Amino acid sequence: MRIAGRGLVNRDKPVSFTFDGRRYDGFAGDTVASAMLANGQRLMGRSFKYHRPRGVLSAGSEEPNALVTTGVGPASEPNVRATMQEIYEGLAVRSQNAWPSLDLDLMAVNDLASPFLGAGFYYKTFMWPRKFWKHVYEPVIRRAAGLGRLSGGPNADAYEKAYAFCDLLVIGAGPAGLMAALVAARAGADVILAGEDALMGGRLNAENEHVDGQPGHAWAAGVVAELATMDNVRLMPRTTVTGVYDGGMFSALERVNQHRARRGEGAPLECFWRIAAKQSILAAGALERPVAFANNDRPGIMTAGAVRAYLTRWGVAPGKQVAVFGNNDDAHRTARDLAAAGVHVAAVIDSREGVSMEGADFPVLRGAVVCNASGRKELESVTIRTAGGEHKIQADCLAMSGGWNPSLHLTCHLGGRPTWEPDIHAFVPTPGAVPGMHVAGACNGTFSTHGCLAAGVAAAENALEALGRKPEPMDLPQADDAPYNLKPLWSVPGKGRAWLDFQNDVCVKDVQQAAAENFRSAEHMKRYTTQGMAPDQGKNSNVAALAVLADATGRGIAETGTTTFRPPYTPVAIAAMGAGGQGKGFAPERLTTSHAASLAMGAPMVEAGLWYRPSYFPRGQERNWRQSCDREVGFVRKTVGVCDVSTLGKIDIQGPDSAKLLDLVYTNKFSTLKVGKVRYGLMLREDGFVMDDGTCARLGETHYLMTTTTGAAGEVMRHLEFVTQCLHPEWQVHLTSVTEQWAQFAVAGPKSRELLNGLLEQPIDNDSFPFMACGSERLGGVAARLFRISFSGEHAYEITVPARYGAALFDLLVARAEALEGGAYGMEALNVLRLEKGHITHAEIDGRATAGDIGMERMVSDAKDCIGKTMSERPGLRDPERGQLVGLRPVGAVKQLTAGAFLFEAGAEARRENAQGYTTSVGFSPDIGTFIGLAFVMRGRQRHGEVMRMVDHLREIEAEVEICAPVFVDPEGGRARG
Amino acid sequence: MVELKAQTPFGELLPLHIGDMTVAARDLGQLTVLGVFDRAGLSKALEAAHGVALPEPLQSTAEGDAQCLWFGREEALLVGPTPDEALAKHAALVDVSDGWAVAELQGPGAEDVLARLAPVDLRDSVFEPGDILRSQLRDMPASITRTETGFLLLVYRSMAATLVQELRRAMEAVASRR
Amino acid sequence: MRIECPICGSRDRREFYYRGDAIALARPAPDAGDDVWDAYLHLRDNPAGETRDLWQHEGGCGAWLVVTRDTVTHAVHAVELASDVKRAMA
Repeated sequence: MRIAGRGLVNRDKPVSFTFDGRRYDGFAGDTVASAMLANGQRLMGRSFKYHRPRGVLSAGSEEPNALVTTGVGPASEPNVRATMQEIYEGLAVRSQNAWPSLDLDLMAVNDLASPFLGAGFYYKTFMWPRKFWKHVYEPVIRRAAGLGRLSGGPNADAYEKAYAFCDLLVIGAGPAGLMAALVAARAGADVILAGEDALMGGRLNAENEHVDGQPGHAWAAGVVAELATMDNVRLMPRTTVTGVYDGGMFSALERVNQHRARRGEGAPLECFWRIAAKQSILAAGALERPVAFANNDRPGIMTAGAVRAYLTRWGVAPGKQVAVFGNNDDAHRTARDLAAAGVHVAAVIDSREGVSMEGADFPVLRGAVVCNASGRKELESVTIRTAGGEHKIQADCLAMSGGWNPSLHLTCHLGGRPTWEPDIHAFVPTPGAVPGMHVAGACNGTFSTHGCLAAGVAAAENALEALGRKPEPMDLPQADDAPYNLKPLWSVPGKGRAWLDFQNDVCVKDVQQAAAENFRSAEHMKRYTTQGMAPDQGKNSNVAALAVLADATGRGIAETGTTTFRPPYTPVAIAAMGAGGQGKGFAPERLTTSHAASLAMGAPMVEAGLWYRPSYFPRGQERNWRQSCDREVGFVRKTVGVCDVSTLGKIDIQGPDSAKLLDLVYTNKFSTLKVGKVRYGLMLREDGFVMDDGTCARLGETHYLMTTTTGAAGEVMRHLEFVTQCLHPEWQVHLTSVTEQWAQFAVAGPKSRELLNGLLEQPIDNDSFPFMACGSERLGGVAARLFRISFSGEHAYEITVPARYGAALFDLLVARAEALEGGAYGMEALNVLRLEKGHITHAEIDGRATAGDIGMERMVSDAKDCIGKTMSERPGLRDPERGQLVGLRPVGAVKQLTAGAFLFEAGAEARRENAQGYTTSVGFSPDIGTFIGLAFVMRGRQRHGEVMRMVDHLREIEAEVEICAPVFVDPEGGRARG
Repeated sequence: MVELKAQTPFGELLPLHIGDMTVAARDLGQLTVLGVFDRAGLSKALEAAHGVALPEPLQSTAEGDAQCLWFGREEALLVGPTPDEALAKHAALVDVSDGWAVAELQGPGAEDVLARLAPVDLRDSVFEPGDILRSQLRDMPASITRTETGFLLLVYRSMAATLVQELRRAMEAVASRR
Repeated sequence: MRIECPICGSRDRREFYYRGDAIALARPAPDAGDDVWDAYLHLRDNPAGETRDLWQHEGGCGAWLVVTRDTVTHAVHAVELASDVKRAMA
């Protein structure tokens, strides 16, 4: 029910929205919760386990009950707190966790079964039979329990991630935070002020108080207006700081467009911020705690501070007859504010004896408690217990206050534990828990407005001192300094379930039962009862639950333990944390200069690291990739093929000590390589296993060009930098990645030289350009480099030009190859070609292979040290029983070989302990006319000719294979030299 | 006689205008990595030949058409001229003119766009015109320089399309807030 | 987490590659013996307290760094260029 003349909502801007299809009217500035209360709608949700009808408990992000789903279809968002969701025209809100409807929820039968559903019920109930768990119990429990549901469709909303940097991050925009930000900003510090609410001011917007002679909200608005004009201040409303990390890093979730229907092109729904702050001030306020009594979860029962907030901030009376129940003076404010607004106060029930409440024109019961509540979907009455007995009073709303808990959560994120403060019967932050963080105001246990403003100033001064800045002198604004006066009251004894954790349906008796079953530690109690494990992370219940546990175990609260808070403070959508990472945003795409041409030729692209490479180039009649691949293999074997190999890592190495570096990182010698020559090199890790292989050309006396495999380019570069910086900083050698500078193409096949000689300004022949030669050439007026190297085993070259000419050269090479009855070939053909020659890739050098395993032990030079040499001599790495690289040919009619299959001796059972080796690469060789493969087989080099059984347990494929030498084509290697 | 036609890294992808912001390709001429062996000697030779000193880390120097950008540990990037042969005595010289895609981002909000892509502090109070750093734009290795008019961005040539895609997304998000 | 690169200044952890104990700087002689090599490659303390590890500012200037930090408080006490540390060892 709206109250005329009150509230900060904009009465000139009516806004309508729907809840479960029904239209509701509110005003700009309303939340779903305030607008629904204004319309007299209390019932907003059903509880997690018992499906109890629930209304709103709070007015902030700690709300445990009023969880709703917003939006429709894939854009729908579950578990939105009605207290945080601002309304906008056309907003569609749905209730959740109720079937068939919020009003008639058949799952509420759980509530009747509650005697069987207490703490630990599923550990005890769903034990037997064991196989029922997966197919019967779990699906049933999952259907019955739970909160909102995801749509299951892909989320089309945009999210973003961003970084921010500041001198000072102020967390919380209440009186302490505003004051701190003002002091720091006036002193010239770069300030970020993050406030969870849409409207900055914190409790100043919710209390009927004056600051500096103005209404509190007006003073707050004035400060915000001043801050907004300052270049050194960034105001971040609707932003929850969710986590504290090492080195002054913070995470924050900004609800950028959750309050708007129209968002515009590319506008993000939420932004996940990472904020680097030299200093920080925590001014996060405090959360009011409920009191546990029977049926204290009835819709209409809310915290006393929330009732004041709805009244003052939103101009809404949450009930017509409001009873107020509390254990501290703060609760009295609620009664006074309600009475002043003309709302009927049914009674004030104060658990303390002898408190005075002057001038009250409503009944004040001292030394009394509320012990029960009636009204299933709406509160109808509360039962009051006094020394004289129990009696009911009519009330449709109960404002309760068990005191306030400082919001110290963020001070625990780096492992800090809070300290019990007996004066206020609450935990407060332990000083120094977060380096560079100052704590001010209610989150530090200072509850008066005056105290908060003063603490804000003090915190800012401390932060400024650390930043080396001086504050300007400033008068502290006049403000209320009322005392708090609390006598602890955690739960009211009596029959019936008294809720502690509303969100996870945990009651006082559950905690008592946990203690009775000897789950006495706070951490055990938590896990056994699930108290504090719902999305609200126990914000409303942790301290009370500890108090009940302390009572049940006969200990004090401080002795019973503390709770640990971890990020995030409030839930963060995975979509926000992973913003931009969907689809093409997942990783950068590296495209070669021939990419567009390959696509135009219809080539499907495959990923190689971040690169995209053509798989094959389909032609007219071909029905599948194998036919294309076979044809492309034929180009290279019979005429000439062209392949973009630009993705191989290329590292330019220069300096007087280049040769020393290469001799150390390669197993073989490069200091002896002649200028104008290329050599194949093998690189080990220091533990003796193969890291990578590739060719390295000597371009000049002190100038080399190393190539790496596509996948290991980054690792090899890092390794070389490690060697030059960490092992030999005295060497003069410089490494530059030139992978991107050069477009490089393999021109391979018997007609490769013929093709090139049609293009090069200076033709070559076998004498001027023999196998493993390299040199500078020119074509089309462009300086190129030419390397006579071969991965296919054919007479082949690799030619490179600056990348700007890559596309043109690729087109040219392909056209010339086609004129010679050849053409482009892709990764599939490349793989078959190298398989036929037994050339290794990272399928073979997978991090477990030694030089010996791949038959290259003679490449480890005796004449010098190299990285990995010492460890490669360990007996285990020289064991003849190790798998050795062999070739595989099918025996008989074999349809397919597969990579990753195991090899067994004929007649041996196909079990792990009988495995003789495994296959690493397979492919169909058009030359041989069958599948061929590479494998590691124990003592493989002595077993050529032996027939084994290949078994692929995963794909259920078996084949007979013959072990052979891992070279299928041109074993003498004459073709490459010809 | 064959002819090879040159292609630019961004092709038709740039320029891009979103809101009041623009990102456009830049051709800076020759780019040469200077792998520093001898700082003092190189700086002298640079000044003699091209009028620019070797920049301190995170700085750049400029004179006429020549610019020298700090480019990493023991590394600078000579931008514009063909390097004088005398430099080779003091540094490894590596032509990388085709290795980098160069774009300039301009307009109000450019800083906010980069705040969505790079984990570095680019506030104008700490990152002034001529300042340069190496970092990552999303996951792309990058060099970022503040110019008098905006930000000069260098990423690997192969990632040019991804840079444009990431810039577009961030620019749209920033523009939507204005 | 942030690391103060001696060249680039304070930078986000995601720009850095982590390698492991800074013992990697002290590569033994080829004939140092199995125990020395085993210790170099495999044997690591797991202290609650100060450690020295090698990181590379791979997403920045490319420098290898020796970072002295505390595994309990996560405080970073010192960051040095690995090349300087190695030269000082000689």
